[in-house]
Amino acid sequence: MKRYVMAIDLRRCVGCQTCTAACKTTNATPPGVQWRRVLDLESGEFPDVRRSFVPVACMHCANPPCEEVCPTTATKKRADGLVTIDYDICIGCANCIMACPYEARSIQHEARYAYGDQPMASEAARFDPDRLGVATKCTFCKDRIDLAARTGQVPGRDPEVTPACVNACISGAMHFGDLEDAASNVSQLLAQTEHFRMHEELGTEPSVYYIWDRK
Amino acid sequence: MSTQLPQSPDRISPRQQGNWDWRAASNFIAGGSGGGLLLWSALIALQGGDVRLLQAAGLALIAAGLTCVWFEIGRPWRALNTFRHFGSSWMTREASVAPLLFASGLLALWSGEALPAITTGVLGLAFLYAQARILAADKGIPAWRHPRCRPLVVATGLTEGAGLLACASVVAPALWPVAWLLALLAGVRLLAWQRYLAALNQDGAPAGALKALHRIDAEFRWGGNAVPAVLALLALATATPLLAAAAGALAVIAGWRCKYTLVCRAAYTQGFALPKLPVRGRGKSGAGVKPGWNDISRRVAA
Repeated sequence: MKRYVMAIDLRRCVGCQTCTAACKTTNATPPGVQWRRVLDLESGEFPDVRRSFVPVACMHCANPPCEEVCPTTATKKRADGLVTIDYDICIGCANCIMACPYEARSIQHEARYAYGDQPMASEAARFDPDRLGVATKCTFCKDRIDLAARTGQVPGRDPEVTPACVNACISGAMHFGDLEDAASNVSQLLAQTEHFRMHEELGTEPSVYYIWDRK
Repeated sequence: MSTQLPQSPDRISPRQQGNWDWRAASNFIAGGSGGGLLLWSALIALQGGDVRLLQAAGLALIAAGLTCVWFEIGRPWRALNTFRHFGSSWMTREASVAPLLFASGLLALWSGEALPAITTGVLGLAFLYAQARILAADKGIPAWRHPRCRPLVVATGLTEGAGLLACASVVAPALWPVAWLLALLAGVRLLAWQRYLAALNQDGAPAGALKALHRIDAEFRWGGNAVPAVLALLALATATPLLAAAAGALAVIAGWRCKYTLVCRAAYTQGFALPKLPVRGRGKSGAGVKPGWNDISRRVAA
């Protein structure tokens, strides 16, 4: 059994938003919809101030509250840990959006384009009407994960089967892999570092680990 | 854990949810009142009263609420998919109660018998309870997931139902003795509200949520519960249906405003938090941050 997780080294993230751009490019999300983004968090008081960059998206929780509340079974948790949405079943009730403590989901009720009412050629080519009026979110690039199952490649190691954001990260802050495999990059990285998961107190068991120090 | 607000407008702090507007709120408002009304109507039917008009009103309220929410969903023609997840979704369970409730309610209206009226009353309570559980299951909204929100939502639905009964005593004076029930429930609702608000202050909540709830606190406490309770007791003491109706109207309006506030105004998201700030270079880790939460919570409470 596999469990795909992401490990994000906050010590390395520089807030460049390349992962955000890679996600938008790969998934053709419309203006105003970001499946992945990087929080820019200022804290402290002068002169002891800090700035932290925190990439966030769907946490693909092991205990996903979105799946529990979904009245249609459109949201499902796969055996490999990915939380998915079936656009053909979702009714766009937004209950999952209320249930998600990570603000990872959104619903777009009408088509939006970067420049006015008319799409650019690239937007028109990739417009997906199935995504209107339903909940959408980060998929961990599930098509790539599914490809790995067919080709035998390893997500997190082979770029063709690794999420676009991880491939794009310029500072090597983002890692992806199988937590059940003790030899995987993420298992080894997490074994060597101090890390936390966002809002663990809510019992959602997110699949995204944030590294903040070495052990 | 440090509690400073971030300066960045990058959606880090909790923010008001924008996906459920007045249409979703209407389902909780009208559905809750309708469920409460059906329950108390069933009790009157047990005593041999003809409650068909009241039941019709209760069913109409629930139907209106469901219609409103139907206009809100993104894919309304797929609405029947709502019934697919009975195992864990309280939204499915609420939806599943509705057809049974309408079937039973229509039978009660047609026959005028006590048994279907009682069944409808029980289903009305189930509908109300399911609504409370829908909010409780939404972990992304701290003001809803708090364990004391659920009793408040149930209490206000029951109080509104009793309030509507009291209102009906204007045209059906035989109903005015329900004022005792209204007085009792207004007291219970007041207690539920105080406990809810105190617990939110104590446990911490998004600042915006607390502000929204505190904005209606005095009005709800006094105008929505204390005054109606006193008026209801006065109605009992003086045998004045009009006083009972006034008490009922106040209790209903306050309940609706409370639920609108809860669903549309106090529904702030969780926001983001870091229990530890990352080590940079040779520096040390910083204290964690949870923007938009605790310090404001305490300040508002004070």
